Amino acid sequence: MAQDIDRAAAVETGPPVLSHGALGWLRANLFNSIPNAIITVVLVVVLSQVLFALFNWLFLEAVWGVRDPDTGILTADACRAASGACYAFIREKYRLILFGTFPFAEQWRPMVAVIVFISLLLLSCNRDAWRPWYRMAMAWVAAPTLILHLMYGGGLTLGQIALPLLLIVGIASAVPGFRRFWPVLLAAWGVLGLFVVLPILLDIVGLVLGIVSDTLSGAMYALADLLRWPLAATVVPPWISFVPNTNWGGLPLTLGLSVIGLVVAFPLSLLLALGRRSDMPAVKTICVGFIEIIRGVPLITVLFMASVMFPLFLPTGITIDKLLRAQVAMIIFSAAYLAEVVRGGLQAIPTGQFEAADSLGLGYWQKMRLIILPQALKISIPPMVNTFIGFFKDTSLVIIIGLFDLLGTAKAALTDPAWRGFYKEAYLFVALLYFSFCFFMSRYSQYLEKKLNTGHRR
Amino acid sequence: MTNTAVAAETEGPIVNLQSVHKWYGEFHVLRDINLAVDKGEVLVICGPSGSGKSTMIRCINRLEEYQKGLITVDGIALNNDVKNIDAIRREVGMVFQSFNLFPHLTVLQNLTLAPIWVRKTPKKEAEESAMYFLERVKIPEQADKFPGQLSGGQQQRVAIARSLCMRPKIMLFDEPTSALDPEMIKEVLDTMVELAREGMTMLCVTHEMGFARTVARRVLFMDGGEIIEQNEPDEFFKNPQSERTKLFLSQVLH
Repeated sequence: MAQDIDRAAAVETGPPVLSHGALGWLRANLFNSIPNAIITVVLVVVLSQVLFALFNWLFLEAVWGVRDPDTGILTADACRAASGACYAFIREKYRLILFGTFPFAEQWRPMVAVIVFISLLLLSCNRDAWRPWYRMAMAWVAAPTLILHLMYGGGLTLGQIALPLLLIVGIASAVPGFRRFWPVLLAAWGVLGLFVVLPILLDIVGLVLGIVSDTLSGAMYALADLLRWPLAATVVPPWISFVPNTNWGGLPLTLGLSVIGLVVAFPLSLLLALGRRSDMPAVKTICVGFIEIIRGVPLITVLFMASVMFPLFLPTGITIDKLLRAQVAMIIFSAAYLAEVVRGGLQAIPTGQFEAADSLGLGYWQKMRLIILPQALKISIPPMVNTFIGFFKDTSLVIIIGLFDLLGTAKAALTDPAWRGFYKEAYLFVALLYFSFCFFMSRYSQYLEKKLNTGHRR
Repeated sequence: MTNTAVAAETEGPIVNLQSVHKWYGEFHVLRDINLAVDKGEVLVICGPSGSGKSTMIRCINRLEEYQKGLITVDGIALNNDVKNIDAIRREVGMVFQSFNLFPHLTVLQNLTLAPIWVRKTPKKEAEESAMYFLERVKIPEQADKFPGQLSGGQQQRVAIARSLCMRPKIMLFDEPTSALDPEMIKEVLDTMVELAREGMTMLCVTHEMGFARTVARRVLFMDGGEIIEQNEPDEFFKNPQSERTKLFLSQVLH
């Protein structure tokens, strides 16, 4: 009886004020015991102090700087007088930080390049844009070509135009309805083989023959050059100035090194992970050895090897671009790490899945591609994105081999005697850039996880 | 190709095990197994756990290797030749205790995957045949769901349909109802009974003695890696020969 009366009263008045809503939440989470209430009060006091000071520094006492009306120059004087953040420093140096020592008047080029690159990445994040795949593949040939041209500048040789065009034609041969143009495609591939692949092969043969006779190897080199000659003909005259990649820096370098590094390292890591679990002893040993050796040394060592030691082993007269060497070092390093992440995913797949695929008669590659990897990679998304984010920030280590990534250019900006000492502003600016990219990756991975969840874990 | 042509002409057992031995390290799991299964025969294999019954049928489509003896399936010798293994796996369907459906694919995709990639069936044709088999196992309405959204019994029926889509000549069942709730066992057994009545060659490892009585032509009892006895179901249940069989039956049949 008593219960009935209580229930009737509850219906009339609703739940007590302190058990729901904002007040209820406060009571349940922040003031549910006396020690907790004390901790809450102390934290609120401390946090408000810190936030107030930060707000002051960031906004109230910050100096935006005023350009001298006569000379148009920003000076650090106002900043030194004030106690807040010096945004005048960022206003003065942001172009140096973003684009490094790229010629000042030409910095629209890296800017356009970065915009094109980020657009390409955003497009690739959209899963619907991968269907049909060949359109995406063409975008991945066209955009990097444009980016490289914008960054290097100069004119265009026949080869520089022909190579991407031939690649696009090659991809087009997969387009339904385009196959009847096969004579064109065949001719295009023939041209590619004759003028691009053959000279490289001849160079290699020449290199080997160099052990036996200098004349023979010289002849091979000459033949290779002869074949390369038509492709070296300038077709588009220089319409923008040539900028060597030693002048590249800042955001384009950071983005390029990390994204290209990961894009190339990813398929490599799949092969390494599969190889590590292979039944074939030779394949397994090679993969385990590669992964363990690369993982066992710091990235700085790998970069240093690539930049200082590796050229010593090359035959005289052959040089490989420093940026390319750094890129290869980063690819190798991240491939080893990613391979272990993928292996973790592979190991989480129950043997029943392998057996079911086997019993249906699927071959090894079909089994891996259609059954095992889709599931293993889905499981690996969180650790993989973790590796991606770490790797994105690791690109800042290239500074030790003299490449100026985003952090490097920020440090360079601080060496200006007129603006010395604004560390906080410089590092905050760079941190904000790094954070926005890393935060995007993190959110995107969560979105992917949700999207790919087919409800098999109920 | 020639192998299968020869097989079609020769009359004889479709599955043949000749003094097959298998060891796991030092442990002798299969001891001198001799077994011939005719086309269209339904064979039920029972025995206590660890008796080697699962291992034996898993040897038939090479999920397990054997070290001595010879297994031939549909006239093809099962040896280390990858071509022969592939050919046999195309002819032998298998249903597992834990279903082993592909969780990242829909039911329909589970069914069409192998026909499309292994048999090179055009997609549309594969989907039509998949729907036909889904109707036979009475769950066509689940075609677009993911396996994780189905009940255990439904999943096992999808697994049976997935094997049937490859149009196998032989079906292996490895304790197909052991992971199911009691009320779902019947729906899976009904599907199997129907399949048996249509003349499919079936090797079933199961403890469902009712199923054995209804459709099996032969019941086989294994223990300690050996075939202890085999007989027609009626005789087997009424008149078990060995002590071990009697003990086992008393435990299974209460």
